[in-house]
Amino acid sequence: MRRGTTIYLYELAWILPSIAIPVGMLVALVVTAFGAGVHLPGREGRVDPTKVSLTPPFDRPGMVEVAPGRYEARIVAETWSFTPNEIRVPAGSTVTFVVTSKDVVHGFLIHGATVNVMLLPGQVARVTGRFDRPGEYPFLCHEYCGIAHHIMWGRVIVEARR
Amino acid sequence: MSAENRLTAAYLTVALVALFGGVVTGLFQALEHAGVNLYPRLAPVVQSYYHSLSLHGVLNVLVFTTFFICGFLQFMTARALGMPLASPGLGWATFWLMTAGLLLAAIPLVGNAATVLFTFYPPMKAHWAFYIGLTLVVAGTWLVTLNLALTYRAWRARNPEARTPLAAFMSLVTFVMWTIASLGIAAEMLFMLIPWSLGLIGGTDALLARALFWFTGHPIVYFWLLPAYVSWYTLLPRQAGGRLFSDPLARVSFILFLILSIPIGFHHQFTDPGIEEGWKLLHAFLTFAVFFPSLLTFFNVVASLETGARARGGRGWVAWFGKLPWGDPSVAAQVLAMLLFAFGGIGGLINASFNLNLVVHNTAWIPGHLHLTVGTAVTLSFMGITYWLVPFLRGRSLWSRRLALAQVWLWFVGMAIFSHALHRLGLMGMPRRTMIGASAYLQPSWEKVLPLVGIGGTILSVSALLYFLNLVLTLVASRQPAPAAPEFAQALSGPEHAPAILDRWRPWLALAVVLILIAYGPTLVRLAVTTPLSTPGLRVW
Repeated sequence: MRRGTTIYLYELAWILPSIAIPVGMLVALVVTAFGAGVHLPGREGRVDPTKVSLTPPFDRPGMVEVAPGRYEARIVAETWSFTPNEIRVPAGSTVTFVVTSKDVVHGFLIHGATVNVMLLPGQVARVTGRFDRPGEYPFLCHEYCGIAHHIMWGRVIVEARR
Repeated sequence: MSAENRLTAAYLTVALVALFGGVVTGLFQALEHAGVNLYPRLAPVVQSYYHSLSLHGVLNVLVFTTFFICGFLQFMTARALGMPLASPGLGWATFWLMTAGLLLAAIPLVGNAATVLFTFYPPMKAHWAFYIGLTLVVAGTWLVTLNLALTYRAWRARNPEARTPLAAFMSLVTFVMWTIASLGIAAEMLFMLIPWSLGLIGGTDALLARALFWFTGHPIVYFWLLPAYVSWYTLLPRQAGGRLFSDPLARVSFILFLILSIPIGFHHQFTDPGIEEGWKLLHAFLTFAVFFPSLLTFFNVVASLETGARARGGRGWVAWFGKLPWGDPSVAAQVLAMLLFAFGGIGGLINASFNLNLVVHNTAWIPGHLHLTVGTAVTLSFMGITYWLVPFLRGRSLWSRRLALAQVWLWFVGMAIFSHALHRLGLMGMPRRTMIGASAYLQPSWEKVLPLVGIGGTILSVSALLYFLNLVLTLVASRQPAPAAPEFAQALSGPEHAPAILDRWRPWLALAVVLILIAYGPTLVRLAVTTPLSTPGLRVW
């Protein structure tokens, strides 16, 4: 019996760190996520994928300045292109991307910005990125969408303020 | 050969043929990333990079794993309980059902009519035979669960008071967990993809399909991993000359896997629009909870290996590690698999992290991670298992122990290079599952690392070639009789120290179902009720 008890203490010595490590990491995660104001895409509404080009705001893809320094980019994804595939904003802008897909599942990842979202036909995706440094930020489709998936991309061009 | 052994041999044969196909196609992809595009020359057989990628994914993670696991765990259960399977007839009917399903799915897959990758997200539309074939394979796994449960019940009737032998308990937990988990993919197939591909309904929906897919798609990772854990817990300690550190802790960790493997699938959909952030956060929490049994497993298995190494004269805090029986390829394979799996576990936590996931989602980081987990922890462990199991089934010794050791180390080195490169490329924003060499946005920073993908992939292919060579020569050329199969490990803290509730099923199953209902219920019901199945299908390859 004594031997069983001894082993039990050793077991406890493993159980406690096995609980403490994930709990500690989870706390760190929650603090950093909410402290930095990171948000994931949520419910932004549906759009009939067969009527995207008739449904606002996707009937007129492009950029709109919604407030000084704040833009909304309405983008339509389809095999194998983004419309528009080039967006110009001045440095220091905050851009909200409102994107959907007309056909299959696509993705939307902007290099050098914190924008990474799935584009599902039927769903509106809304994500926001901030562009402080002038330069070219390629955005690309990161979900397999067919034989020419690897040519589906575009650019955010951030221009220096004059 | 006994009935179970023949059945196991049949499953292993299909599994290893699939693995071979998956390895060959994988090499083409790795070379493509390194700038060597072989696809124009492969054209009549492998028609594109994405055709190759579909073959690689389906053959390796769906076919190889599933068939190996069905063969291995039926073998282990019968051996642990010391009795034959309840119904050998059912066992064979199941095998043929699964094989028929596989062949049905293989026709469009090989013929480039199902180039939809192993995730087959609609509205990308494959040939109906692909969906029906895969569904038959899944239905076959349910019959394996049934046969294992009947066998367990027969054993329980004869041994009402005894604790379930550990290997049988773990095998049963694995299949019961999988059976619940696979309901998601079954629903996706039966109510969406199959009627849609047959033209009975006009459309489908991407979000609902993805939610059902990932209901199964995360726990399927545990369906792959737990059989490797069965070997690590119940055989490997003894193969290493030691004892299992704690039998009760092993049972606790498997029960926690049963409860926690499923209600965490949204961490694959963190970036999907259409699912509330709150539910995603809950799934992130529960994913961290499943890290608890993973850590228990890690500590328990390493402590068991340590008893073996110390019994062999190992000393010191870390130096004992060198005293493991490194000359045994079965042990070397599984210990090296664990070493790389430690990094797979750390990467998995990053993927599961609500915010860090935004950096790595759908980048090359993910296949980098997947090749450490299923491509090494699972595959290299399964290779280690076959180094005793195939000789045992054949009745001949392994053709060459040295060749096997070389193979195991090559896999370790090749995977370290390959996976490291993919992780780095992912952090540089390179997308996964993309024909990068032909991409319109190839970045100079990626081009410096991409050759490593080709080098790692080539080393892995050489390793796989040596593996198959050794097995084939074992079957046809080996003359020595096989050594005995490894016996189950004794435990330092045995099952008699475990509380009796660990040997009961109903409370744990009830808890699992409640957690699934909480984590998935509201979202799945909302999606099922409000989603019009109206998105038309497309063939985009």
